[in-house]
Amino acid sequence: MKRVVITGSGTINALAHDVPGTFEAFREGRCGITELDIRDKDRLSIQIGGQVHDWDPETRFNRQQISLFDKFTQFTLLAGREAVAQSGLNFDGRLSYEAGVVLGTAAGGVNTWDDNYRTVYEEGKNRVHPFVVPKLMNNAAASHLSMEFNLKGPSFTVATACASSNHAMGQAFHMVRSGMTQVMLTGGSESMLCFGGIKAWEGLRVMSRDACRPFSLNRNGMVQGEGAAVFVFEEYDHARARRAEILAEVVGFAMTSDASDIVMPNKQGASRAIAGALRDGRLNGDEVGYINAHGTGTAANDKTECAAVADVFGPHADRLMISSTKSMHGHLIGGTGAVELLACIMALRDGVIAPTIGYEEADPECALDVVPNTARDAKVDVVLSNAFAFGGLNAVLALRKV
Amino acid sequence: MTGTGHGMSDIQDKVIRIIAEQALLDVSDVTPGSTLEELGIDSLGLVEAIFAIEETFDISVPFNANEPAATRFDISTVGSISAAIEDLVAQRVA
Repeated sequence: MKRVVITGSGTINALAHDVPGTFEAFREGRCGITELDIRDKDRLSIQIGGQVHDWDPETRFNRQQISLFDKFTQFTLLAGREAVAQSGLNFDGRLSYEAGVVLGTAAGGVNTWDDNYRTVYEEGKNRVHPFVVPKLMNNAAASHLSMEFNLKGPSFTVATACASSNHAMGQAFHMVRSGMTQVMLTGGSESMLCFGGIKAWEGLRVMSRDACRPFSLNRNGMVQGEGAAVFVFEEYDHARARRAEILAEVVGFAMTSDASDIVMPNKQGASRAIAGALRDGRLNGDEVGYINAHGTGTAANDKTECAAVADVFGPHADRLMISSTKSMHGHLIGGTGAVELLACIMALRDGVIAPTIGYEEADPECALDVVPNTARDAKVDVVLSNAFAFGGLNAVLALRKV
Repeated sequence: MTGTGHGMSDIQDKVIRIIAEQALLDVSDVTPGSTLEELGIDSLGLVEAIFAIEETFDISVPFNANEPAATRFDISTVGSISAAIEDLVAQRVA
């Protein structure tokens, strides 16, 4: 089996339009959740979100591209450009046939659906723009990334709700590890902050109206975010041979299904995924210094996740750190695991643990070290990233310092 | 009857019908003293019942599934739900 390393990273999210800015926000414990700026906000009961502000696609794409790129594709391309630039890779020659893209998104071009439903239902028009379908399809971002960088190997999109990015990165990891490809661009994107996208979530009554406070006793729900993160996963010897800077090694991955409930989390399913990632990476539990939690800020997720971590790690659960950066960038749904992997890379490379902000009151059912409110300097060698999706689909990645 | 078109017992009858339908029970099996747990209504069932209540009475119910106890909407029994809805309907009219 091949070793798999990360040689590039890129992002745009509510905290910043790039990785250095996101790291800075993580270190400062800054909150990117603000009052929403979207059409028909007055008809929404949820008025806040982790929205990307100052986004001006005209400065990044030409008019023809914008007519083809939904916002989730625009975010992906921006993050992909940053990641590929950092990696220093060039896909002109033979490598293009040994490189592909696997991305996660829960819902693809939601803004395109929303805008065009308005056109036909609200405005009563009988004609829509010719590119509606290629713009909204879930694989649009993966396909445009393949075209932008000439990636001709296996490419596809994974949709597992809030675990989409982790499932996608797990697939990319498997493909490089097995020798199927040399390089994969992977991560995920979501852009659901529009009237229809928020209205749908309101219906479930799990959204907070004021803040995302994971693990805090007074938490009252999740806050949606938007954005993307893309990584370059590369075969270790390939990266070494070209003297690439290695950000971290991906060492383990596991997926499980709860097979129990369409929305309620399940401790056994979560525990099996965490334990599976350790097994896959041949890791001992006590090597893990930090876990980037799924940590949605809902009553159900946070206590179930803490119980799962306590079960898997035993006494070591009290020594490791676990934080939820959703408190800062919101829940990016299908893109969330990708943005959260940045906190894992920051922990390994910079020795800085991103905090769980908005933490106000200890919850006896979440009695772990959740790195409350302030980032912490700590040397860690192995980290995990959890994602537990609606539908009971769980995906956990393990990374090691190189 | 109030001027809203919904009298007190009228509201309770409608709530019982909504909850009975959600619990897949006969209306006669649901009483004001029944708890949702006794009726076998889980968290998803509750959210669906609240949606049906909002649609029926044209009100907005301040219910967050993350803090069911913290909201002003008392869901402990069918009777307490009916009483809370009576208040909300009255507020809508006021």
